[in-house]
Amino acid sequence: MLRSLALAAFASLAATLPVRAAEEEVTTFTLENGMEVVVIEDHRAPVVVHMVWYKTGAADEPAGTSGIAHYLEHLMFKGTDDLAPGEFSEIVAAQGGTDNAFTSYDYTAYFQRVAADRLGLMMEMEADRMRDLELDAADIVTERQVVVEERNQRTENDPGALFSEQRSAAQYLNHPYGTPIIGWMHETENLTLQDALDFYETFYAPNNAILIVAGDVDPEEVKALAQEHYGPLEPTENLPERERPQEPPQLAERRMVYEDARIAQPYVIRTYLAPERDAGDQEKAAALTLLAEVLGGSSQTSVLGRELQFEEQTALYTSAFYSGVSLDDTTFGLVIVPAPGVSLEEAEAALDREVAEFLEEGVDPEQLDRIKMQLRASNIYAQDSAQARARRYGQALTSGLTVEDVQAWPEILQNVTEEDIIAAGREVFDRDNAVTGWLRAPEGAEAAAEEVTQ
Amino acid sequence: MIRFALAFGLAVVAALPARAAVNIQEVTSPGGITAWLVEEHSLPFIALEIRFKGGASLDPEGERGAVNLMTALIEEGAADLDAQEFAAAREALAASYSFAAYDDSIAVSTQFLTENRDEAVELLRKALIEPRFDEDAIERVRQQVISGIRSDATDPNAVAGQTFDDLAFGDHPYGSDRSGTVESVSALTREDIVEAHQRTLARDRIYVGAVGDITPDELRGLLDDLFAGLPEEGAPMPDEAEFQLTADMTVVPMDTAQSVIMFGHEGIERHDPDFFPAYVVNQIFGGSGFDSRLMEEVREKRGLTYGIGTYLAPMEHAELILGQASTANARASETIDVIRDEWERIAEDGVTAKELEDAKTYLTGAYPLRFDGNGRIADIMVGMQMDDLPIDYIATRNDRIEAVTLEEANRVAERIYRPEDLHFVVVGEPEGLDGETVAN
Repeated sequence: MLRSLALAAFASLAATLPVRAAEEEVTTFTLENGMEVVVIEDHRAPVVVHMVWYKTGAADEPAGTSGIAHYLEHLMFKGTDDLAPGEFSEIVAAQGGTDNAFTSYDYTAYFQRVAADRLGLMMEMEADRMRDLELDAADIVTERQVVVEERNQRTENDPGALFSEQRSAAQYLNHPYGTPIIGWMHETENLTLQDALDFYETFYAPNNAILIVAGDVDPEEVKALAQEHYGPLEPTENLPERERPQEPPQLAERRMVYEDARIAQPYVIRTYLAPERDAGDQEKAAALTLLAEVLGGSSQTSVLGRELQFEEQTALYTSAFYSGVSLDDTTFGLVIVPAPGVSLEEAEAALDREVAEFLEEGVDPEQLDRIKMQLRASNIYAQDSAQARARRYGQALTSGLTVEDVQAWPEILQNVTEEDIIAAGREVFDRDNAVTGWLRAPEGAEAAAEEVTQ
Repeated sequence: MIRFALAFGLAVVAALPARAAVNIQEVTSPGGITAWLVEEHSLPFIALEIRFKGGASLDPEGERGAVNLMTALIEEGAADLDAQEFAAAREALAASYSFAAYDDSIAVSTQFLTENRDEAVELLRKALIEPRFDEDAIERVRQQVISGIRSDATDPNAVAGQTFDDLAFGDHPYGSDRSGTVESVSALTREDIVEAHQRTLARDRIYVGAVGDITPDELRGLLDDLFAGLPEEGAPMPDEAEFQLTADMTVVPMDTAQSVIMFGHEGIERHDPDFFPAYVVNQIFGGSGFDSRLMEEVREKRGLTYGIGTYLAPMEHAELILGQASTANARASETIDVIRDEWERIAEDGVTAKELEDAKTYLTGAYPLRFDGNGRIADIMVGMQMDDLPIDYIATRNDRIEAVTLEEANRVAERIYRPEDLHFVVVGEPEGLDGETVAN
């Protein structure tokens, strides 16, 4: 019954669903000063998303100034030679728009969502702050306090986030991906105006930036506006090469136990160092992407969900995760949240046993078909959000990939075989490359946790 | 400021908001189910949003968490399919369904491809009408829910919200966590789950929004296919919730780096004639996506917090005005002083003409930006129906914002901000606060 339903649905869709969906609506060009431009058309609503992505992130920070990329991102709202502190956002709001920014290891991005006819003004202001930031010493001290409170809110108040920081630091022996994006507290709270200006002057330049415009726009008009506003900006001649310290051979497994009285639900998480998507070379990352789906993509039907949550019932929750969009080596992760009465040791053993059995037994072809079907459909669903499409291009292009790589990716995923997935698993599951973490409350902390229950 | 006007002056003057061009059709099925539809044939899929009014507040007394657990079980086996078979069938269709219980509704959010619309709707029908509630699924999901309840008990944000609700609404369902307690969820039986299903998923409380590649005729057929098997009537709606909180400070000690602060008092009904002025005034005071007074005073000037905001929360059976911020324990007292001063200032002095104009420009300009995807439009349409708004509301909404006068705004500011009623709940180890300490 089930099988016939699944096969019938698969057959009817496989015939008609295109692997690539509507990528002809994507136009790219490069300005003379080196600024790359991607235009994504979506004419359903009179709205545009305007984004500038710098190919610079937390992993490009000088040692000892962790958090400077993110702190600078905050300071970019603090005024230029033409704009008073806070005025950038005030003008966007006065146009009925919203604006924000985000920082990651490989990029820093600024964006506005506005009515499509406001695009020129957004470009004018974004081009202004790419080159003409002017900061007031008092403002930047207050803003540093805001960043400290941001770290308090996101990290210090969340034991899971503190645990994650410790695990990343152990995962990367040499690469800056081991340092938190928001920075270690002792460094973040001592960042200076000069640190911020040095970083800005080194990296904020048109030849280190990508403009992405998505929405109800005409590519020719975008081109004319981009030439008018970004075109006059001088490129930076001596832009540093993006060569971060790379990982040496990792020769010893790392294990840690993080205890915090705030933990009500213990779990085990392991990450393995794993290759990322590289330009023109995405096949291994595609196999790892499907490996994560097969092992832990669905609580009901993935290998770990099926075996550990349904059959054995040793787990409340399991997952496998991998994201290949990264300039340098990324990680492949496994998680198990044990069922009541199951120890972390038993949970970890069950996880290892299932992964080993999976590598022996191979991939269920029907499961793989269903996953590929969902990936094809996701290309259609993704068309529903111009902003999400813009982000996908921005992340890829700042992580060493090209527009062609982005557009080839869906087909590469479809071409992954059962054998590719098993081979990728055998290669990535090397404990010498792995960090295994246990998160739990200290002995006797349960009573303390109960006290705060209302 | 002046330099900016010179540099960018012309463009600023030209600000006129985009118009949200959303063409909503009302569709009624032969079986009597009404839905709002926006046809959008450029992408081959449909977003279908369904709400059942009532939700977790329909838990019978002593069975807190029954509706929430039931909702989590809808997808865990239906008709001839057990949980794993159901999931496999859904994956093969590349459809997505999500089911969530809220205080006033159960939300069902779905999207599926045009090509297998009939199969995807049939599978969804099985889940809504013929859920199995197998004993093994109940036990499995029960443990997941209990794990979440335990984690919430040590999460300062969750504790702050729950403490405020408890103090505000006491024994009304709004006063307790809709997930229930470890004890109440542990005690739920299969019969309780079946009863929760019958109480909440009924034809007398359905709201539907559909956006995408579907015609009105196709939608009519779909509605009856989907809902014909549901009972005609569900449980009666809960009573109004009496607001019980007075001005004070409640401190919940917790070993955290930052104190989480939640504050507020009674709010204003969605259909109150003053709702639009209140909405605009709140935007000035603590609205998001905008340079609000609280962001300016608490974050920009003093660096006390990463984020602070307030919002109007008109619910089915009560209304609140609520705000939240978090700050280092040592600075909690200062943060609260600033919030209290601002609450008094806006009540006494109101807002300025410039603030009002800026807020109107922002709100009217931002409104059309919301309608930027099938799922989001379907969601908005369901919300409009649940709020009993007219089908042409979208076209008139900005006019209602524009119509708010300064006099109205200031009268309403005095009405809705009541410093004499303002209550703070602080979770953490705040320094220098005098307040009643609970659960120490």
